[in-house]
Amino acid sequence: MNVDRRLTALAKTRKVPFIVSLVSGTIAALTLVWQTALLSRIIDGAFLGKQTLGDLSPLLWLFALASILRMLLSWFSVYQAKRGAILLKQDLFSRLTSATGKLGPQFSRSLQSGSLSATLTKGIEALDAYFSQYLPQLWFAIAVPLIILIAVVTSDPLSALILLLSAPLIPLFMMLIGKSAGAMTDRQWQTMSRMSGYFLDRLQGLTTLKLFARSREQRQGIESTGESFRHATMQVLKIAFLSSLTLELTGTIGTAIIAVGVGIRLLGDHIAFLPALFVLMLTPDFYLPLRQLGLRFHAGKEGISASKDIFFLLDKAEETPNPGHGMLPENLLKEQPIKFNNISYTYPGAVAPAIEGLTCSFPPGKTTAITGPSGSGKSTLVSLLLRFVKPEKGSITINDTSIDSLSEEAWLSRIAWVPQHPFLFNASIRENLLLARKNADDAELRDALAHAGLDELLKNMPEELDTIIGEQGARLSGGEAQRLALARAFLRNAPVLILDEPTSNTDPLLERSLRTAMHRLMAGRTVIIIAHRQETIRNADSIIVLRNGTIAQSGTHAELIAAGGYYSSVSPAAPEEDA
Amino acid sequence: MKTFLRLVGLVRPFFWWMLLAAIAGFAATGSGIGLLMTSAYIIAKAALQPPMSDIQLGMAGVRFFGIARGAFRYAERLISHDATFRILARLRLWFYDALEPLAPARLLAFRSGDLLQRIVDDIQSLENIYARVLAPPVTALLTALLIWFLIGIWSPEAALVTLGFQLAAGFGLPLLAAGLGRGLGGRITELRARQQTETVDFTQGLGELRVYGQLDACLERMKANEAEILRLQKKNAWIESMQESLVGICMNSALIGVLLVLLPSVPSGHLSGITLSVIMLAVMASFESFAPLPAAAGHIEADIHAGKRLFEIIDAKPEVAVPPEPQPFPAHPDIRMRNLTFSYPGSPDKTLDGVTIDIPEGLHVAIVGPSGAGKSTIAALLVRFWNTAPGELVIGGTDIGAFDPEELRRNLSLVSQRTYLFGETIRDNLLLAKPEASDTELAEALESAGIGHFAGRLEDWAGQHGMQISGGERQRIAIARMILQDAPVVILDEATASLDMPTDRAVTKTIDALTAEKTLLTITHRLYSMARFDAIYVLDRGKVVEKGTHSELLQRNGLYKAMWDLQHENAPAL
Repeated sequence: MNVDRRLTALAKTRKVPFIVSLVSGTIAALTLVWQTALLSRIIDGAFLGKQTLGDLSPLLWLFALASILRMLLSWFSVYQAKRGAILLKQDLFSRLTSATGKLGPQFSRSLQSGSLSATLTKGIEALDAYFSQYLPQLWFAIAVPLIILIAVVTSDPLSALILLLSAPLIPLFMMLIGKSAGAMTDRQWQTMSRMSGYFLDRLQGLTTLKLFARSREQRQGIESTGESFRHATMQVLKIAFLSSLTLELTGTIGTAIIAVGVGIRLLGDHIAFLPALFVLMLTPDFYLPLRQLGLRFHAGKEGISASKDIFFLLDKAEETPNPGHGMLPENLLKEQPIKFNNISYTYPGAVAPAIEGLTCSFPPGKTTAITGPSGSGKSTLVSLLLRFVKPEKGSITINDTSIDSLSEEAWLSRIAWVPQHPFLFNASIRENLLLARKNADDAELRDALAHAGLDELLKNMPEELDTIIGEQGARLSGGEAQRLALARAFLRNAPVLILDEPTSNTDPLLERSLRTAMHRLMAGRTVIIIAHRQETIRNADSIIVLRNGTIAQSGTHAELIAAGGYYSSVSPAAPEEDA
Repeated sequence: MKTFLRLVGLVRPFFWWMLLAAIAGFAATGSGIGLLMTSAYIIAKAALQPPMSDIQLGMAGVRFFGIARGAFRYAERLISHDATFRILARLRLWFYDALEPLAPARLLAFRSGDLLQRIVDDIQSLENIYARVLAPPVTALLTALLIWFLIGIWSPEAALVTLGFQLAAGFGLPLLAAGLGRGLGGRITELRARQQTETVDFTQGLGELRVYGQLDACLERMKANEAEILRLQKKNAWIESMQESLVGICMNSALIGVLLVLLPSVPSGHLSGITLSVIMLAVMASFESFAPLPAAAGHIEADIHAGKRLFEIIDAKPEVAVPPEPQPFPAHPDIRMRNLTFSYPGSPDKTLDGVTIDIPEGLHVAIVGPSGAGKSTIAALLVRFWNTAPGELVIGGTDIGAFDPEELRRNLSLVSQRTYLFGETIRDNLLLAKPEASDTELAEALESAGIGHFAGRLEDWAGQHGMQISGGERQRIAIARMILQDAPVVILDEATASLDMPTDRAVTKTIDALTAEKTLLTITHRLYSMARFDAIYVLDRGKVVEKGTHSELLQRNGLYKAMWDLQHENAPAL
């Protein structure tokens, strides 16, 4: 469906303010005609009727009344259109954020960084002008000239004919502009974003530029992209503004023709002064809404560009199946294994499947280590378990119930997750932890932090649990962030634990305490761990070696070493050649 | 106000451009006034049925003004857009120039692209300072003067009345709007900033939110914030839509006022009816240029907010300055650190605490230690991202502060853990290190870095919009850059830490071969093949706790041994 039509359909979901806006705006146009009639009668009365102020004062009062009426009506009309746009933005924001939530982290990661948050904020805002200005103007550009035309017909049919003949020129030009402007605005939008992208790129890479002692030269690059953008755009604008020049000229020349026309007829006494003045004063207002449509078309165009991303997200979410509603008996996970039955998954746009025909089982209360070279499908396996992606073929089951049939809550509330790069929210340490268990008290939080080896860090934080961490607060190192995720897992106290084993901890003392903590966390739970250390792999109850999305080998350490093959070849008996 | 004046100062170089545009804008409005005045003149005059010749002049006038208005409007649009683009380009350049000496110190807080994007948006929003804020008052002022003059010829009282209502529209309404909307703009900006962080949290933390069942709560929070923004926007809309109507009321009031002043003198013949008609239409047309004024006042507030944020970032003293008489980089760059102590601004902790390290020319030295020990700070000090005080950092006998920082950086090659690739071609990304390099040189460097196949892809785009480049390839591009730079001193700051073990080993092997003749400082926490270093310093909490060769350190049974054991009793798998 074409974007314009989709946007109009969207506006129909919040009709009332728009209809009110159109109605009151149209009545305002009627009062404009009334006002002009009054004003021309006042001038005519004074000029040719030689009437005094006293004679004219009733008309003046009426004129004042009409002015106030018109002001109130147009105020109301503009306000209602804006209100409608705001209501629509609110609906869209709520639909879009829900859609993003439904699509999940795998999808948001697949988009260019920052583009998703830009769509959620700036993208929606860009639609404002489309709804509050462009859409209502579509109506006013027809209704207002029509009202004025009818008013002019009653006083001077010949002038009305001139208006009627010149009016179609305007939509004609509009169409011409619309065609070229459409392509042009798209192009300009692109160069514009490319140019600001270039600038952002320089700022992001400024440290690198400094390292190569090239930072000062970059100003030339910034200058010349700015210059070339200006040149290119001005070339386009010269043509684009020509069409609005023609619009403008149609209006002014129309006015001139009417003035000269009625002037000559006045000379021959074919028309009275009163209708002549009335027609003349109304003429600019005949062309105004048409000219405004041209301007607002440009304002709305930006919204159309932005809405493409918005509809893309909404459509994608629509295609994604809803999660089930099934419940999971309390103790089932402690008794039954989690089974992967012939699972395959290919990332959108990828050629080779990330996981292919995977069948395996994670026994309850045991630790299963997943290992394999990078790109072998380890993290896809975790994404599948966490339902970030849905298997294309096969299913994950517990006691023959597919996890897809369970509600989000039923399945995920049984899982604690420690990713390789945990995300820290721009919030206090407390809030970052409460994520895992809403009702935990401070003592429990401190306990969890101590288990994860973060008690030392907490003491050094200026506001303890209330210290803001994340991007805009104190930044934690990668190791500290992972420990915070461990603390979350302690708080969660779930029967299933999915761990991406920390790789980069380097403080021997801390490392030991952390390992003890991990063992404590793992005890008695069903653990699925992406393992990086020999010790972890060796001590696991079973090992799955992944290669190219399939299971290369599986078994205990002893079994795998005995079997030879890939596992034994990458599992060095002597750790270091020069130790 | 100060912020606003500074912003205006920034666009001053474009004064003549802006003036030209404002004059063209005024000429367009003036022609509009002229068009209506002459039209009114024609019909008023014709109503008295004079000979045709009497209205000939008027007829020429309407044609002239009719065309002039369009032409001037066209000129004004072109000139003002041109000025706007010039201003935008200039603002970017200005900001870059101001930020460049402050980097990277001031950029530390802006690690993610999302925050930098806000800066870029702020600059973008200021581009309209001319078209939306500065030009409208100038055009309005000129129009007011013209009308004062035109009406004043016939009736000074009517001119005064008109001026009064124009002042109300030009000053009163913007003040009223500003008063009613006081704080609204600031509050919206504040909420928008919160929305920005919320959205980043939401899109990037989606995994955690879902697993921990907090997605709905987060959505509710975001919706509440958006609802609050929209509530304020609605209030704003109420004020904004009122402004347009109030300009209309001012115009109508001016019409009534002028009528009250002039009507008594028409029947008596003091003022002709022709003049009355002409004046009425002039007054109507003149208010066109007052319509954008209330909105301009609103834009000032937004511009000041954006300006403040930008000035806040760049109003800092540069960390590092070029000395008045820079010393040339020494031929024998022995590096000597004595009692080096350093704290990051605002932090009470000493990141480095009395560090003494020697890196003699041609030797390979390693600095190891747990993360957070201050290792990377040493690299940052060596390339002079920060000043070294107190303590001594000397290269080839000359204090590091005596070199031109750029000269210094050309002679020190730093490869760090994260390599930034620009949104340009692979070639451009490599030429950064050696702008005059030929394609053959580039191909050789890529070959040596172990990514010879990239030589055929020099024209491919890298960076965010470009091709997918894996972490290993990225680090190898950094190494190719290092080869091209061919500096006598090479510093590797966790250059291979983000790579998996087999790739790490391969890349390290390449670097070792390439730097055999150079002075090399390796900063790492991964301990393997350590016997290749001439000396190893062990750093812990900002202090050198041990130093020696690999075998000496293993015998000492200290932190180094503990780290080694930690990493080797359980050798990293895969």
